[in-house]
Amino acid sequence: MAQNTNTWFREKILLGMTPRDYIISNFNFPNLIAAGFIGLGVAVMIYRLFFGLGSATNLSDTYPWGLWIGFDILVGIALAAPGLTLGTAVHLFGMKDYHHFVRPAILSSLLGYIFAVFALTFDLGRYYRIPYLIGYSWGFSSILFLIGWHFFLYINICLIEWAPALFEWLNLRKVREFFTKLAIWATIFGVIIAGGHQSALGGLYLVAPSKLHPLWYSALLPVFFLLSAIFAGISMVIFESSITHKVFRRQLKHFDQAEFDRHTIGLGKAAASALIIYFILKIFDIAHYNNWAYLNTPFGYWYLVEILGFVLLPAMLFTHCAIRGKAKLVRFTGFLTAIGVILNRLNVSIIAYNWYLPSSQKYYPLWSEIALTAGVVAMLVVAYRFIVNRMAIMYDHPEYESTH
Amino acid sequence: MRISRREFLKRTATIAGTSLLGSSAIAHAYEKGGPSIFSTGNTANLRNWKLFEKIEAALPKERYGVLVDTTRCIGCRRCEWACNEWNNNPNKPIAEFEKSAVGKDNTFKTIRRMHAGNFTVVNRFNSLKDGKPIYVKRQCMHCEDPACLASCFVDAYRKTTISPVLHLPHVCIGCRYCMIACPFDVPAYEYYEALNPQITKCTMCYDRIISELIDLPAGSRRPSSALPACVEICPAEVMRFGKRSDLINLAHERIRNNPGKYVDHVYGENEVGGTSWLYLSSVPFDEIGLRTDIGTTPIPNYSRSFLFGVKMFEIVGAWPLVFGAYYAISKARKKHTSSHDTSSEKKGESHGAKH
Repeated sequence: MAQNTNTWFREKILLGMTPRDYIISNFNFPNLIAAGFIGLGVAVMIYRLFFGLGSATNLSDTYPWGLWIGFDILVGIALAAPGLTLGTAVHLFGMKDYHHFVRPAILSSLLGYIFAVFALTFDLGRYYRIPYLIGYSWGFSSILFLIGWHFFLYINICLIEWAPALFEWLNLRKVREFFTKLAIWATIFGVIIAGGHQSALGGLYLVAPSKLHPLWYSALLPVFFLLSAIFAGISMVIFESSITHKVFRRQLKHFDQAEFDRHTIGLGKAAASALIIYFILKIFDIAHYNNWAYLNTPFGYWYLVEILGFVLLPAMLFTHCAIRGKAKLVRFTGFLTAIGVILNRLNVSIIAYNWYLPSSQKYYPLWSEIALTAGVVAMLVVAYRFIVNRMAIMYDHPEYESTH
Repeated sequence: MRISRREFLKRTATIAGTSLLGSSAIAHAYEKGGPSIFSTGNTANLRNWKLFEKIEAALPKERYGVLVDTTRCIGCRRCEWACNEWNNNPNKPIAEFEKSAVGKDNTFKTIRRMHAGNFTVVNRFNSLKDGKPIYVKRQCMHCEDPACLASCFVDAYRKTTISPVLHLPHVCIGCRYCMIACPFDVPAYEYYEALNPQITKCTMCYDRIISELIDLPAGSRRPSSALPACVEICPAEVMRFGKRSDLINLAHERIRNNPGKYVDHVYGENEVGGTSWLYLSSVPFDEIGLRTDIGTTPIPNYSRSFLFGVKMFEIVGAWPLVFGAYYAISKARKKHTSSHDTSSEKKGESHGAKH
């Protein structure tokens, strides 16, 4: 029996190697860098737990939310939208062509949410009370309450959507069948839940009309966050797939570059439409609040950088690529769009928040805040790689029928 | 009322600067630290909460408030001392408070805000009219429709029937969203507490003002009067405690009876839906650090309409999605049964497309 488990462990976890070989095979430069980031991140986590937020961060009473909310939650969740966009496209709109993008997308959503919530626990003062939110004290009037519950539900939904891959790996055919049937319903609820909380993340700032710069503040904030989560999700799929198809090339036995390029361009088209709608709404927004005068201020220039450089430019590049069929440029544009979403979230949560304060009073992250964030990102990448190396994420499991 | 050219230019520049920066309070330098940010282990909020749970049902449903006449304040900071004393916050002898008002490194050189260890601060502004100092006491405004309450995701705030907005520390998770939501930047946080950090804020001395309304439960601290500690100690009669509606009348009366002395506005009467603390001033309120750009809409209204929208989206939008899914499933099942026997061959050849 003992030997049996040992073999199972060796087959499933160590990829058929002896523990010694496995460690040696992983002893390489990228893993060392990841280990460095994770080590530093864990050190900061421990420091935060023992000495409190005041010592571990630059947060203050004027800036209660910093990088850990602005990046880990707002950016993290927006970039973890691939499951939402691809799940909807394939399961609901029946775009079966894209089905092989679905599993990587769901995995990145699942891990994105789990690690975002993990990072959040270090920002919460009394993290050990998180269960209160689920079953002890309900603040129904709070947008954050909606987000908290939706995170909880959505992680469960992603787990269900991911479960078939898990049980294929564990070779539990019956359980896998059960979750495959459940997956479509999970996707439906996923769309509703993800749409609800992606917009709610923008809604968080609805209560701060006097603190957020007028160019960023709008009654449409939830709509902007939802729309940008959609193109963030698509561009993350483009970006991730361009990396994973290089890194995990050996898993793809019949890889067809032309087909892959065509799909990439198709994704670019979808992103372009979302970007164009977003851009038009942004212009309407400025006109509605009559904020034109603000454009000719330093914050206005910064706003224009975001809107022209990271919304209009990618929209035009995606359109150009769709017409000319340039897959490589689509990949770059996907990257550009993702950077734009990061910029937007940091603008709302940090840069344009308390915008009237002189620069000496503004918040900027302490090195330890960046280290923790980097550590969590490194953990996410390692976890992603760990799973993709073991489960049928990039390909259909040969012993199972395709679910799509 | 002739203004010199120089004065005119100076004022215009100030107004321009003000509108550029949002509000002139902000144009003043804000301080970043101070010893009270290191304070931990606040007990006042929990003490008031426990009292609230015991007696709230017995209290009258009548709003109380405090009227602050900023033209009378002399900046002695005794209110800060009394507040710290009653609420067991870090304190120092009263003489040191008075001393700190003068000298090179005086407290008033920076605009301060409430921190973990102080529920109230007095700030100094210089009148643009005559250059004279104006002292403004700040503390929680105890809104009629509090943003902190609506923003709290574990329901850790209560609006009491007699006005004070209380914080419930023993469900608070420490997310600090109330600090984002508060338009007056009131709630503070114990950043230097690792395990049990709390939100701290002014309680309007709930445990004092109820003493005249009901019999205090056995074992409660006996206050020297039923006034908030800061109101009681004030030597210049800056503050007046009373029923909110009476105070609003009194404020308007003072404005009417002293033409030219006050700006014709009672700050807090309608701001963000009304607050329990009301202010009178001789200069526009945004010149003394009270924001005038916060509007009269209660902050919770912004989130309420959104939450309503999301609910509608989730309830109404869910049905087409569910039907769509059902349709997709039944279509897939049909296809599945018709192509079942060929599926195993197909898998091999379609691998290129599907990898």
